[in-house]
Amino acid sequence: MTATKKDPVVVILQLTGANDYLNTIIPYNDGNYYDNRPKVVIPQETVLPIDDELAFNPVLAPLKAMYDEGNIAIIHGIGFENSPRSHFRAMDIWHTCEPDVVGTEGWVAKVVRDLDPEGENVLKCVNFGQGLPRALALRGVPITSVSNLESYGIMSSVPNMEAEDDRARLLDRFARMYAPAIGTGATMDYLGQTGRDALKGADIIKAAPEQYTSTVEYADNAIAKYLRDVARVHTADLGTQIFYTSHAPFDTHFNQPPMHTKLWTEVSGAISDFFDDLREHDAADNVVMMVFTEFGRRVRDNGTGTDHGAGGGAFIIGDQVKGGMYGTYPSLKAEDLNQGDLDPNYDFRGFYASVIDQWLGLDPVPIVGGNFEQIQFV
Amino acid sequence: MPNNEDIALIAHLMRRAGFGASRSELEARAAKGYEETVEELLHPEEQPPIDDDILYRFLPGYEGALGPPINQAEWVYRMVNTQRPLEEKLALFWHQLFATGNSKVDNPPEITQQIAMFRRQALGGFRDLLVELAKNPAMIWWLDNNGNHNGAINENWGRELLELFSMGVGNYSEDDIKEASRAFTGWTIEPKIPRNPLGRFYWNFEYRPEDHDDGEKNFLGHTGNFNGQDIVDIVVKQPATARFLARHLYNFFVADEPQVPSWNINPPNDPDAVDQLVAAYDESDGSLRAMLRVLFNSDFFKNARFARVKSPAELVVSTVRLAGNYQNPRPGFNTLAMECNWQGQELLNPPSVESWHTGSEWIDGGALVRRVNFAAGLMGDTSLPGVRAIIDGVRERGVTAPEEVVDACLDLVGPLEFSEATRSELLDQATEDGGLNWGTDEESEKSERKLGVMLALIAASRDFQFA
Repeated sequence: MTATKKDPVVVILQLTGANDYLNTIIPYNDGNYYDNRPKVVIPQETVLPIDDELAFNPVLAPLKAMYDEGNIAIIHGIGFENSPRSHFRAMDIWHTCEPDVVGTEGWVAKVVRDLDPEGENVLKCVNFGQGLPRALALRGVPITSVSNLESYGIMSSVPNMEAEDDRARLLDRFARMYAPAIGTGATMDYLGQTGRDALKGADIIKAAPEQYTSTVEYADNAIAKYLRDVARVHTADLGTQIFYTSHAPFDTHFNQPPMHTKLWTEVSGAISDFFDDLREHDAADNVVMMVFTEFGRRVRDNGTGTDHGAGGGAFIIGDQVKGGMYGTYPSLKAEDLNQGDLDPNYDFRGFYASVIDQWLGLDPVPIVGGNFEQIQFV
Repeated sequence: MPNNEDIALIAHLMRRAGFGASRSELEARAAKGYEETVEELLHPEEQPPIDDDILYRFLPGYEGALGPPINQAEWVYRMVNTQRPLEEKLALFWHQLFATGNSKVDNPPEITQQIAMFRRQALGGFRDLLVELAKNPAMIWWLDNNGNHNGAINENWGRELLELFSMGVGNYSEDDIKEASRAFTGWTIEPKIPRNPLGRFYWNFEYRPEDHDDGEKNFLGHTGNFNGQDIVDIVVKQPATARFLARHLYNFFVADEPQVPSWNINPPNDPDAVDQLVAAYDESDGSLRAMLRVLFNSDFFKNARFARVKSPAELVVSTVRLAGNYQNPRPGFNTLAMECNWQGQELLNPPSVESWHTGSEWIDGGALVRRVNFAAGLMGDTSLPGVRAIIDGVRERGVTAPEEVVDACLDLVGPLEFSEATRSELLDQATEDGGLNWGTDEESEKSERKLGVMLALIAASRDFQFA
């Protein structure tokens, strides 16, 4: 359980496309790294060392600073056995905790169901992005999904509705069209309830941007914008305990160095600004952020980029986190590689279970489908 | 001149056997006659196909693209522009029934090939379709039949063939699954040729006699040295198969049924309708065309208006067709495909082999907001040609009073039959807005705006979620 009285909050950040872990947390004194990365390499003299073996990529400087303050847990070698090299399949496994069969129920949605069994708060979980990732899919669990917090709302797509009165009238009419009606059947009743819930959620969440002020200036990119949205909704105190968002494309087969640099400049800057923002609002102490990607990339570069691999890394970030490195960085020795890839040594379900158990105080076993080794990060 | 009831009936047919039709198409078809229209739909080969040359000339990235959204976009293009509505609707039906997902296949062009096979087999015999399905490379990979070997069977395909694709739970034994799987050993795909450096190669079916279990099998009471085709021959003669297929057709074309996994417990909502479809199957040796002919001409079909919740693909495609944008090759089909995803139906990537849950289970909070915003955004946009045609239709009718305006809109958008509760809200809106007036330009513009709001509200309603 958390040390604070406020409800614990988790922000999940998905790095879509498979982040190159070798160039994120770099084994900068390992000759195998330089042998395998003739082109897609972070020069040794530029890295930000953690210890004698590992270092941050310099573009992660904002995260290095947070790490030095003890606020980041780095988890090495995360993944699963027989890691598929398909983005879709691998992401499905991360989303459903089902490595062997095609699963349909999202692990995050199961967490939300346990946090709010009656589905009383339609904002218990808020996704920022287009459409719901499978991690959030579960029948009967309402999730609010926002692609743009400014324009989020029902019938916001209708043209020529800029005038406040026109919009208000339209929404009022929508509410009346979805009001309980007698004798129209179960499906109509269900549609009515769902429409009224959505309207309520949209109404409540609309207040968030209006209340929020901050001195933190986020950069102008997609992930900074979404993390700022998370901050705005979190500080509005609407009872949201799970936030989900993602950033892409980490699928750097080609021309990796500038792309990877740009992506991590955006992500690390946004995360750092986000926590500064929360601290300014005295709203950081009940938040942890989980950062994950579907798998790592091939150890040997392909000349300009890297192909699909296995065994990536993950982070847990927050003021209450016991910072440091967890697990073992997979060996880069040729004989230790699995089909040319890092061999994952820590099951991702233990990472989930750690947060579900130690942070949210829920039973992780039914959610992740078994007992997996946790890391003691709190 | 067809009367209103003729048009309403044809509109119902076109919503179900296709993705809806414009008012002018409905009037033309109604003038031709209902049964004649059914026959025309049942013979798509007499209508021109989508012109692939034009499609790929304007959207060259579509052909064999590896990204799922582009393959989805190509299919949405075909759904929007087809002149063979039933063929395309059946491709969607078979995709929902024989759900094959890119999550595992990881090769959207292969699933697109499977969809093309569904088009070719759409209205033929069920037996031929199942044999083609068993040979389809994406399906072989999806259900692991490439790992089903002589002496070491993998039951995945054998099980789903019986459970999800033909007979349904409770009509066969575990031994039948094993014996069917043995019969399909050696049905595999040729080694895949890597994409690099020469480009993309489609996968090919391969039968390997040396990996086929040639021994005797006992399957559903029959004994013999069965191969895969023999298993299909036995399967399609099972009464359970006819009933299972009939119920799927009913669920997709007539009215929402309970979810498929409960079918061995819950009887059909309309057992007599299923019986009629089973009889058509039996009499025609499993011809889809014969079954659908009975279905579309039946009273149970004609009376089942607005008895199904639209799937996301149906909602997106039919609204686009109604609003009249996105005809012909142009950018934007990717967004339409993504819209289906965001509403909960990722084409070419169903959540599992059990496919999507249908009916009211299409709807959750996020999906409903997207459905409402998508449809209301299009129908409220008075610059779109289809919306303009509806506005012109209202204007030509010379209606001005609120009640007439509401009825004219519902008629020209559908004709739609709305609940009294929703209709009375629309009427309140029209009454508050005041009547229409087409005198001056300014008055006309005001009237158009009122109609735009009315059409947006119609598209945002609960009733609009049904087809």
